Amino acid sequence: EPTITVETSVPFTGHKIDPPSRSVETTPSELLSFFREMSLMRRMEIAADSLYKSKLIRGFCHLYDGQEAVAIGLETSITKKDAIITAYRDHCIYLARGGTLVEAFSELMGRRAGCSKGKGGSMHFYKKDSGFFGGHGIVGAQVPLGCGLAFAQKYLKEGTVTFSLYGDGAANQGQLFEALNISALWDLPAILVCENNHYGMGTAEWRAAKSPAYYKRGDYVPGLKVDGMDVLAVKQAAKFAKEYALKNGPMILEMDTYRYHGHSMSDPGSTYRTRDEISGVRQERDPIERVRKLIFSHELATASELKDIEKEVRKEVDDAIAEAKESPMPDPSELFTNVFVKGFGVEVSRNTCMSFGADRKEVKAILP
Amino acid sequence: KEITVREALNSALDEEMSADPKVFLMGEEVGEYQGAYKISKGLLEKYGPERVLDTPITEAGFAGIGVGAAYYGLRPIVEFMTFNFSMQAIDHIINSAAKSNYMSAGQISVPIVFRGPNGAAAGVGAQHSQCFGAWYAHVPGLKVLTPYSSEDARGLLKAAIRDPDPVVFLENELLYGESFPVSAEALDSSFCLPIGKAKIEREGKDVTITAFSKMVGYALQAADVLSTEGISAEVINLRSIRPLDRATINASVRKTNRLITVEEGFPQHGVGAEICMSVVEESFEYLDAPVERIAGADVPMPYAANLERMAVPQVDDIVRAAKRACYRAVPLAAAA
Repeated sequence: EPTITVETSVPFTGHKIDPPSRSVETTPSELLSFFREMSLMRRMEIAADSLYKSKLIRGFCHLYDGQEAVAIGLETSITKKDAIITAYRDHCIYLARGGTLVEAFSELMGRRAGCSKGKGGSMHFYKKDSGFFGGHGIVGAQVPLGCGLAFAQKYLKEGTVTFSLYGDGAANQGQLFEALNISALWDLPAILVCENNHYGMGTAEWRAAKSPAYYKRGDYVPGLKVDGMDVLAVKQAAKFAKEYALKNGPMILEMDTYRYHGHSMSDPGSTYRTRDEISGVRQERDPIERVRKLIFSHELATASELKDIEKEVRKEVDDAIAEAKESPMPDPSELFTNVFVKGFGVEVSRNTCMSFGADRKEVKAILP
Repeated sequence: KEITVREALNSALDEEMSADPKVFLMGEEVGEYQGAYKISKGLLEKYGPERVLDTPITEAGFAGIGVGAAYYGLRPIVEFMTFNFSMQAIDHIINSAAKSNYMSAGQISVPIVFRGPNGAAAGVGAQHSQCFGAWYAHVPGLKVLTPYSSEDARGLLKAAIRDPDPVVFLENELLYGESFPVSAEALDSSFCLPIGKAKIEREGKDVTITAFSKMVGYALQAADVLSTEGISAEVINLRSIRPLDRATINASVRKTNRLITVEEGFPQHGVGAEICMSVVEESFEYLDAPVERIAGADVPMPYAANLERMAVPQVDDIVRAAKRACYRAVPLAAAA
């Protein structure tokens, strides 16, 4: 297969490090798979939006459309032995790590076939067997957790790294700096990936951060600013960071990206930013359109072939939703399972320990 | 043979680190300083800096790193210099550690131990002197252990380290230097105590006294005093306050028909409240007297020695409550 060399949209900017080259190598099949996978993610999130509006998804639901290049670019440069941990905007990271649409939609609808058997919900997807450790609901908490994964990788001498994803809102959390300090002291293979979509909920980055140059916020830790709307730039940065982290310890990658949806489903996303801003990003920087143009400029597929891919993707999503809808709700007995690893919990010879339902005399589970 | 609680904890750490290379210890001053309370003495020299890690004074950061390492399959022991500082990290204990196995439907287990001294200390004021037993025992997904004697300390810490779930292990600074007799069995490296089982420290027939950690010693002293007055008290050392050994507590109450709960923590929504409720639910018709609760005073811990003494349970408080329960005394209000 021929190699294609593409320049990234903008140069990388380094902090305490020489940035990698703007020239990124790719192939026709890679570009076509980028197009397909990002379109699938986009379609999944748009479908989740309608499922939410038809009340099939409950509670909180944070959509990733606009940011797809980050998930796909990272995945391209790493293996499933490397680990990823993220916050609550986790559907597409889960998909990128090899999760299935049926498990994703089932989880969103709280069904038995969900990746967390309906017990986690939108914010708590996991796929441990391919290095995805969630899906965390507390802003910033996933960063020390990810540094702990990196600690374990180093402890076990695996030669792998962990990417901890967080938003520009979480970038101001104290625990992030605590974990970064320890990671630097201990040379952990920890890569902090700030997905800067420029708004922490409805607060613009400059209203929450005295310095919104997040790639510089590690002070003594090197950083790289990356166009997070350019999948090839993300790919290059992830490869660069992995090599660096294995030799030297932590690094920060700031991905300049954008979410088209509001923060969550209760946020129309238009009170704190203008419609012009959103449509401007869609026109100028959209990650899927960028790949579409590359495919055209290298004559790798025709417009109608790409339309066909989009149709396939749409059908794949519709089929997955139909299948997920068939999955039953969890069995009521699941209320008490997985509180502890073994059954309801502890090994005791007598039935001394119980889990209680709301009416303790009617619903309780005695430990096996 | 007698050993101190400190020696018991140190030997338990040593044996479990020796048995399983995935076990490591991290926390403030656990390495070169040999532990703020010398619990980790000698471990850095024996296991090296890869397995005995001095951390900065940043609890949220290092507790989170510990939980992440447990997600990956290591078995971290995170030492808090005291549990007062665990408040800086309580989000990782509750939201990151206790809930992950449930939220992931069993994919992400969290075999971690959070340990350190807990409870009322001496003369250190309100921010460094309080019991977090009830706080952590409130949370499903955690196991909360409260050793009293050297045997408890060894057997429960070894059980905690081997356990696949997150364990909050509440030691007591004032017990570290106390010596207790230990059996040959308890000194064996295979020794382990079951999690979730209480121990009847002293059998009795007139009144049940439940206690954990340092208060077990006070309850035993109170039982001595009561026996001189013809009251036979049964003392239950809870050992584990989550899971709670409801069967042992209720069986004892069904025998003695009277219950005194003792704890150092604040009274409201405390461990005693849960024990009382359990007895009301399961053994109400066996009660011959109102359940009595001895707990810390409902105030932040004062500094002055006389006030501090009034703020934590004393042996006399337990004796008095037991006498009321046995109708050997009348409540002050009724007497007036």
